Amino acid sequence: MPRKTMVEAIRDAMDVSMQRDDNVVVFGEDVGYFGGVFRCTQGLQQKFGASRCFDAPISESGIVGAAVGMAAYGLRPCIEIQFADYMYPAYDQIVSEAARIRYRSNGQFTVPMVVRMPTGGGIFGGQTHSQSPEALFTHVSGLTTVVPSNPYDAKGLLIAAIEDNDPVIFLEPKRLYNGPFDGHHDRPVIPWARHPQGEVPDGHYTVPLGKAAIRREGAAVTVLAYGTMVFVAEAAVAETGIDAEIIDLRTLVPYDLDTIVASVKKTGRCVIVHEATLTSGFGGELSALVQENCFYHLEAPVMRVAGWDTPYPHAQEWDYFPGPARVGRALKSVMEA
Amino acid sequence: MSSSRPLSFHVPEPAVRPGGMPDFSDVPISRAGEVRRPEVDVAPEDIRDLAFAIIRVLNRDSKAVGPWAGLLTDAELLEGLRHMMTLRAFDARMQMAQRQGKTSFYMQHMGEEAVSCAFRKALEPGDMNFPTYRQAGLLIAGGYPMLDMMCQIYSNELDPLKGRQLPVLYSAREYGFFSVSGNLATQYIQAVGWAMASAMKCDTRIAAGWIGDGSTAESDFHAALVFASTYKAPVVLNIVNNQWAISTFQGIARGGSGTFAARGLGFGIPALRVDGNDYLAVYAVAKWAVERARRNLGPTLIEYVTYRVGAHSTSDDPSAYRPKTESDAWPLGDPVLRLKNHLILRGAWSEERHKQAEAEILASVIAVQKEAETHGTLHTGPHPSARDMFEGVFEQMPPHLRRQRQEGGV
Repeated sequence: MPRKTMVEAIRDAMDVSMQRDDNVVVFGEDVGYFGGVFRCTQGLQQKFGASRCFDAPISESGIVGAAVGMAAYGLRPCIEIQFADYMYPAYDQIVSEAARIRYRSNGQFTVPMVVRMPTGGGIFGGQTHSQSPEALFTHVSGLTTVVPSNPYDAKGLLIAAIEDNDPVIFLEPKRLYNGPFDGHHDRPVIPWARHPQGEVPDGHYTVPLGKAAIRREGAAVTVLAYGTMVFVAEAAVAETGIDAEIIDLRTLVPYDLDTIVASVKKTGRCVIVHEATLTSGFGGELSALVQENCFYHLEAPVMRVAGWDTPYPHAQEWDYFPGPARVGRALKSVMEA
Repeated sequence: MSSSRPLSFHVPEPAVRPGGMPDFSDVPISRAGEVRRPEVDVAPEDIRDLAFAIIRVLNRDSKAVGPWAGLLTDAELLEGLRHMMTLRAFDARMQMAQRQGKTSFYMQHMGEEAVSCAFRKALEPGDMNFPTYRQAGLLIAGGYPMLDMMCQIYSNELDPLKGRQLPVLYSAREYGFFSVSGNLATQYIQAVGWAMASAMKCDTRIAAGWIGDGSTAESDFHAALVFASTYKAPVVLNIVNNQWAISTFQGIARGGSGTFAARGLGFGIPALRVDGNDYLAVYAVAKWAVERARRNLGPTLIEYVTYRVGAHSTSDDPSAYRPKTESDAWPLGDPVLRLKNHLILRGAWSEERHKQAEAEILASVIAVQKEAETHGTLHTGPHPSARDMFEGVFEQMPPHLRRQRQEGGV
């Protein structure tokens, strides 16, 4: 089985999709000739030509707005916003347009579009290259929001997103691009080449949208996580020795309630972890769902471990990032309750 | 302490406010026939002056004069007159229906009928408009059934949009009319994207974007001009300058740029201004821009100089922000009257036939309205089901929406 980094897996997903469907087009800032600042589109312009993969002006609203028009025409744009932190100028086009056009036109026009954007911290990117804005999308009716945690899923989910007939927000945890990251920033980086989830089949396959994956089976407590925090949770479980069940949500909306509920009913405890700021974060939604659906099975209050409600700092990155020590403390706390 | 004199803050004001005498004497109006007609492959830098003139065909004597005249036959002009009269009658009935509580909201076109009615005739089947809320002439001149328009306005059981959209935010894909957004300017860059896609697929269809004077201040307007300029998109970018953005006069959005058309110059986009109340001029300029796009020569920016005679919508009262008689003083006149007088001069029309046509059109609009009302109005009669509300959010209804629909008991 070939091994790929998450960057290579994402590129492969676009390559496969562009080969299979002439209507798939890729564009964004630095995406064409250079192949993207994270190299996710490297070689696509040479392979498919500048009509299929090209550079865009620095105008996120323009990129998304043009893609909405292209999608209305019948193309399947898979566009890149260079950092999720740069998404805000495009928010009107995403929320009021892409997410609403099927509904408001009663299906006359649809927007089969993927908006890829690197998300999350861990690279000393400071406030404007580290944010996790997923809750700003999960709150919007009409959007599917995906956060892969490994190369295999990234490729399969991205192909599924491109083939989906509605807009998909595809958040790529940038700290996972080159290897899994468990929050121990002081330890050597493990490359995907040495990790089983770095095994990525060639050719076409999909990972279904809306389906979570159980990364570790356990009986004591359920951990709900996605993106980078899946590996942080694994490290916390290894370090505390608590027999946790770790669920990687993969798609935030539509969420996989059945998998979540079955696990929490089994364990009776739940810890939710995400990098994004705590207040009004997606963890609040997950916590409410667990409470509504599993209340009489709960042995302890649901706990959330999240980024602090501050802007993402630069020098204090590792004081901010919810690492394995914080997750471990939460696990112990719910076990003692 | 600074040795400079204190700064002062500038807020533009219209020349006249309520209570004053309307005065458009400082608005430069080109004479009919005066502005030249360049070849469509002209270099944009050679026609920069056209962003400041006003292309006009009909003169004060109702004659069609100059290089932009002579494109339309009597039959085509009579059809154009009928479209504008139909739109005006439709507006009158729907405005009244809103006042009668049959719908929540309406927006009329009074004074601006020529812009969308004439533009539509310059397009070919398959071309796509990305309109705002004041281009229903695209539908009427495009042959879209009036019954569907009324049922949309009434949000009744035949509403093609199933009651999901505010009245007049139509969508008619088969008629080249993109779903109207209530958010402003978003459609302008979408039009450019649609046109880019057509070029990417080596298609022959073109797009037209629409925006009002006020919304040119939005960032999506500028994004649209950048993308149109960069990729030479086959798109006609229309600015309908009707002088007023709700209560805000056009000087607040225009700032120091002289004209709205002049905004195109910095992007290297050919920019023309046209008398928006002159059906012949609108058609001629639209035809020129559409041909440019079709011949892969790139985008054109057109400013239609017109005047919004009515209120912005049924929710505002213009007498609170502009003189009541301002529309009478507007120097470019009434588009319906001007075309009518021109047709009479050509010997193709008469006062008598006009009166008769007015009565016929009104009767046919009322007949459609009666039929529409048998299918319900906003608060009475048959209407889309609550169940419809949950459909079409996604192609497949996800489990959480299905649960919510069950909870809602629909």
